[in-house]
Amino acid sequence: MGPVEYVPRIRQQYSRLGYQPYQWVSNPEPPPWQPLRKPLARSRLALIASGGIYVRGQVAFHHKDDVSLRAIPTTVRTRDLRVTHFAYDKTDARSDPNVVFPIDTLRALAAEGFIGQLTKHAWTFMGGIYSSRRVREELAPRIVERLLAEGAELALLVPV
Amino acid sequence: MSSALDITRSVNPPRAAFLDYPLGHTAGQPHQPGLQLEIMREALLAFESLTVAGSVKMLPFAWSTDESWKLQAFAGDDTRTQRLDTPQYQSEEDRIAAGSDAPIESDQCQVCRHWSGAQVRGGG
Repeated sequence: MGPVEYVPRIRQQYSRLGYQPYQWVSNPEPPPWQPLRKPLARSRLALIASGGIYVRGQVAFHHKDDVSLRAIPTTVRTRDLRVTHFAYDKTDARSDPNVVFPIDTLRALAAEGFIGQLTKHAWTFMGGIYSSRRVREELAPRIVERLLAEGAELALLVPV
Repeated sequence: MSSALDITRSVNPPRAAFLDYPLGHTAGQPHQPGLQLEIMREALLAFESLTVAGSVKMLPFAWSTDESWKLQAFAGDDTRTQRLDTPQYQSEEDRIAAGSDAPIESDQCQVCRHWSGAQVRGGG
């Protein structure tokens, strides 16, 4: 069986439930391209995840177009990570945050030299934002600013 | 990384790695650190192997031999919870740990100011 086709599946579900059709982001133009400047093994990688991950002690995300960011130290204790989201089944993510926030995985790959190192922080947000304009104009520039400030050379996005 | 191939193709990022897993497992299966590492190595290698903007690397992993999860995705009722505009903590203990005066995040953002300036100039 091929991959799930979410766009028609969700269109059908919305129509069945009497919701307005969802406006999917569509970028038909070729995206910009930045060749790697260094091999993976010497590059500094930043993790960015949209699954609603925060650390115990931080304010949790809300669920109505929350465009705020959380900076999570990449030395965080995995057991202090928390997950909130309205749209996906969080059971596995709460049991092992690495499925949506692969911090132990990336720390192990940095330790073995597969990647150079991680940035000081990872950045997380709440992906259920129903305004692509607000993501483009409010959220994305703040992430870019933080990536540049911490010298990220690779950005790994882990959406849900 | 992505577990939703058609959405990712529509968004069209410069590079992507597709993992054919149910939503909520973009980076692997829970409590399987060996598998998570294998998936991540394959995904990260796309940084070096992909050379054309908009390419998607198909990662060679299957969730299970049983693919019935694919039939169930978005096929039934709306399982989403209400979209409340107050912080939604995983537990009450987290709410107490955050305290009532915890800052959400710093609002300092040079790039945002640049963006709003550009918009004013562009009339958009």
